[in-house]
Amino acid sequence: MSEAHGVLAHHFDDLDQQRDSAELGMWLFLATEVLFFGGLFLAYTLYRTQNEQAFADASASLNLRLGTINTFVLLTSSLTMALAVHAAQTSQRKKLVQLLTATLVLGVAFLAIKGVEWHEDYVENMIPFLTTHFHLHHGPNPPRPASALFVNLYFLMTGLHALHMVIGMVIMAIYTLKARVGRFDGLRATPINLLGLYWHFVDIVWVFLFPFLYLIGASEHGP
Amino acid sequence: MDHDPHTAVLPHAEPHAADAGHHHQASTRLYFVIWGVLMALLVLTVAVNEYDMGQWNFFVAFGIAMVKAVLIVLFFMHVKDSPGLTKVVACAGFFWLAIMLGLTFSDYVSRTWMGH
Repeated sequence: MSEAHGVLAHHFDDLDQQRDSAELGMWLFLATEVLFFGGLFLAYTLYRTQNEQAFADASASLNLRLGTINTFVLLTSSLTMALAVHAAQTSQRKKLVQLLTATLVLGVAFLAIKGVEWHEDYVENMIPFLTTHFHLHHGPNPPRPASALFVNLYFLMTGLHALHMVIGMVIMAIYTLKARVGRFDGLRATPINLLGLYWHFVDIVWVFLFPFLYLIGASEHGP
Repeated sequence: MDHDPHTAVLPHAEPHAADAGHHHQASTRLYFVIWGVLMALLVLTVAVNEYDMGQWNFFVAFGIAMVKAVLIVLFFMHVKDSPGLTKVVACAGFFWLAIMLGLTFSDYVSRTWMGH
C-alpha cells in the first residue's frame, strides 16, 4: 500500500471509502442536474400536450440527419470516456491521454455540428427571438403561434446542454494536460472517474433531447 | 462492551472492496458491446420513426431513450458495481423527477374530467 501514501486523505478509513465518497458527491450533484433539466422537460411536455400539432410542425423543420449524426458522435464520446476511466485506473498513461483527447475531439465535433444547425436556423429565420419574420423551414407558414414556443424551448434546452458540454470540455482539456505527467495514474484516477460520470450524464440528457426535439414530427418529415 | 458500528459494517464493506478492485481489472470489451447496443438502438429509434403510429411514436421513442439511459447509467457510469448508497442516490434524482412530472400531470390530465 505504499502507493496509497499521500493519496488517502486523513479523514477516510481507506481508499475505497475515499473513492466511494467522491462518487457519491458527484451523484448528489447529478441528482440536482436531473431536476434542473427535468424542469425544462416538464415545461416541454406540458406545452406539447397542449399544442401537439404546432410542436410537430416545428420539430419537422429541424435537421434530423444532423441530429442523428450528433447522437452518434456523443454516444461514441461516452465510449471513449468510459475507456479513459479504465485507462486511468490501470495506469495506462499514454492511452489515457489519447482517449481523453479523442473524447475532446468528439465533443468539439458535436458542438461544431450543433453550430451548423443553429446557423441554418438563423439563416432560415427560424429563431423566434432573433427575427421578426419567424418562419418554419418545412411546415405551414405562417406557423402556428406555439411553434415559436417549441423552437424557443429547443434553443434553451440545446443551449444549456451545449453549455454543460463546454464546461466538461474545459475541465477535460485541463485534465488531459495533467494526465500527460501522470497526475491520474492508478489510485489517483478519481478525478477522471468523476469527469466521466459528468460526461455520461450530459450524454444522457442528449439521449432524451434527441427524440423529444427531433422525432415528434414523425409523419411530417420529408424523405 | 459497546457495539462499534464500524465493525458491524465491515463484513458488508469488505466484499465490496474486493469487488471494486476486480471491477477495475474488468475487460473493456463490455464497453464496446454496450456502445454497439446503443448504436443499434439509435438506428432503431430513427427507423421506427419513419412509420406513422400516431400517439405511439412518442412512447416508442421515449421507451428506447429510457433503455439507452439505463444502459449508460449501469455500465458506463458503473452504477451496477457501485455501493448501495450510490445506487440509492442515483435513483433518487430520477425518482424526484418522476414525482415532479407525476404530480404536475395528475393535475393537467384530470382538469378535463370535470367537464368544463
